Amino acid sequence: MQRKGSALSGMSTIAWKEAADHFSSARFHFVMLLVLLTAFGGVYGAIGQIKNTIGQDPFLFLRLLTTAKQPVPSFVAFLGFMLPLVSIALAFDAVNGEYGRRTMSRILSQPIYRDALLFGKFVGGMIVLTISLLTLWLLVTGLGILTLGLPPSGEEIARGLCFLVACLAYAGVWLALSLFLSTIFRQAATSALAALALWLVFSIFWGMIAHALTVALAPIDPTDPMTLVNAVELQTGLARISPNTLFSETASALLNPQTRSLGLVFINQLEDAIPGAPLPFSQSALLIWPQLSGMVAAMLLIFTAAYVTFQRQEVRA
Amino acid sequence: MSDIVIEARGLTKRYGATTAVDGLDLDVKAGEVFGLLGPNGSGKTTTILMLLGLTEPTSGSVSVLGHNPLREPLLVKREVGYLPDAIGFYDQLTARENLRYTAKLSGIPATEREKRIEEALQRVRLGKVADRRVKTFSRGMRQRLGLAELVAKGSRIAILDEPTSGLDPQSTQELLELISSFAREGMTVLLSSHLLAMVQSVCDRVALFREGKAGLIGTVPEIAGKVLGGVYVIDVEAEGADTKRAVSGIEGVRGVTPRKGGGVQIDADRDLRGEVAAAVVAAGGKLKGLSMSQSSLDDVYVRYFKTQEMADAA
Repeated sequence: MQRKGSALSGMSTIAWKEAADHFSSARFHFVMLLVLLTAFGGVYGAIGQIKNTIGQDPFLFLRLLTTAKQPVPSFVAFLGFMLPLVSIALAFDAVNGEYGRRTMSRILSQPIYRDALLFGKFVGGMIVLTISLLTLWLLVTGLGILTLGLPPSGEEIARGLCFLVACLAYAGVWLALSLFLSTIFRQAATSALAALALWLVFSIFWGMIAHALTVALAPIDPTDPMTLVNAVELQTGLARISPNTLFSETASALLNPQTRSLGLVFINQLEDAIPGAPLPFSQSALLIWPQLSGMVAAMLLIFTAAYVTFQRQEVRA
Repeated sequence: MSDIVIEARGLTKRYGATTAVDGLDLDVKAGEVFGLLGPNGSGKTTTILMLLGLTEPTSGSVSVLGHNPLREPLLVKREVGYLPDAIGFYDQLTARENLRYTAKLSGIPATEREKRIEEALQRVRLGKVADRRVKTFSRGMRQRLGLAELVAKGSRIAILDEPTSGLDPQSTQELLELISSFAREGMTVLLSSHLLAMVQSVCDRVALFREGKAGLIGTVPEIAGKVLGGVYVIDVEAEGADTKRAVSGIEGVRGVTPRKGGGVQIDADRDLRGEVAAAVVAAGGKLKGLSMSQSSLDDVYVRYFKTQEMADAA
């Protein structure tokens, strides 16, 4: 049945209202404070570490983001861990909260389609994430200029911006996921717990799960080296189901220009390569292309699931 | 004034095996106040959601102001304001901000928006608290804010679901006065309720709902006439005689029901007060009270459902 009128009318109103709500909510302030503190912790640790090697490294600014000083993890590792939490905080009660406040039927009785509400909620969350991540990136860059006394090079800025896009895609996956959970669970607490459980599984346990599955599915025969290759490929494939793996691979290729491959490399492939020589930016971008598309695809798939669930839902609570 | 603005034909909604609304036919004329009356779970809210296009009917058709709510929901929702049961607002926003949000969603041009919101807030007497957070509002204030939303939107049809449920008598009265004043200005009002006195005081016509069917549709006196057989109800209080037997022989008495405290209630075709008094006295009783009231909707309601249940049981 053909519907008349644009499915997107009212979407920007909803998106900006959602964004404004997030920026004034205590929940978001709390999570962002946590992110800022850990980010600065990571960067400060890195500064202490790399002051020793200033002058020998062409990518000092990128080192700022990737260097870890025990026991503090690097900025990038922190982001990989904390970004899902920010996304979950933004969206875990996006849809069921409207039912809970009994505002859903009132909003849907305005001349808008349901599509606009869900798109608006997602876009609103992405606006907040973009602004926050951009701010964080600028703060870290500023901190780097102040403490290292060097401006970042053009390539470093390009890699940094590209990393920013990857962060957005990664956070978008988790935003779509918690939006989806908020449409299937009527209780905000249930959807929050489900989202946090998935977050823990993917950020902590997924590596072990992938390993256990590999051992079970592709046993290694010591007499056949190909079984080893198969096992490693299977394990990488399984690990890449987790958006966290995709994100950390993207980050390592973008911020460590020396990274040449994200999987297995055979000795004969390294012939004529200069060990430790950095790749140009365009080659690094090509390297992470599958990872980036994977994250965007996951985001779209999960959002579609949320969309279908929401469209079929009865309005009455 | 007699244009039909809401028309439903054979409207049916099933949830699995249960039928929430069953073959409903409904016509609401422009400018009238129409009441959907029935117990909880009789299909009133489902009907309303189908009229708004928020729920898809299993079968049947709806036309609101000549538009199909499923095909042209935006056109319908632009003209129709909806006040849901137990209305919710964004508690952390002020009354004005809440209205501004829905005004933006309903596409009111920015140049008119603030003026219309202010007028609507004054209209429902929330002007003084317009910039307070809705968190602090009482239930009555929330309902009035809901009405302000309809006013700001400029709705031609207002659909109100249980607008007075949970309100104290004074707030109920205020709300009903507001609703009546909207109707006088030409807004068509469709309201649902299980509070009969309220429906009686504001509605031009009523549809009596039972298990998804509109059993009776008409004005309150018409329905009372149909269900009770007589529009006259006489209350008699007497001592010292079997009042019931004494009056049941009078011509024109349709039924006699004993009441708590010894009195009886007589349903009659016409004003039989003189005959009743004479009969009680003739039977040797002391007449203590005799009064006649137009039958209230409560009576209609109770009687109607009782007879229906008896019919079902038979």
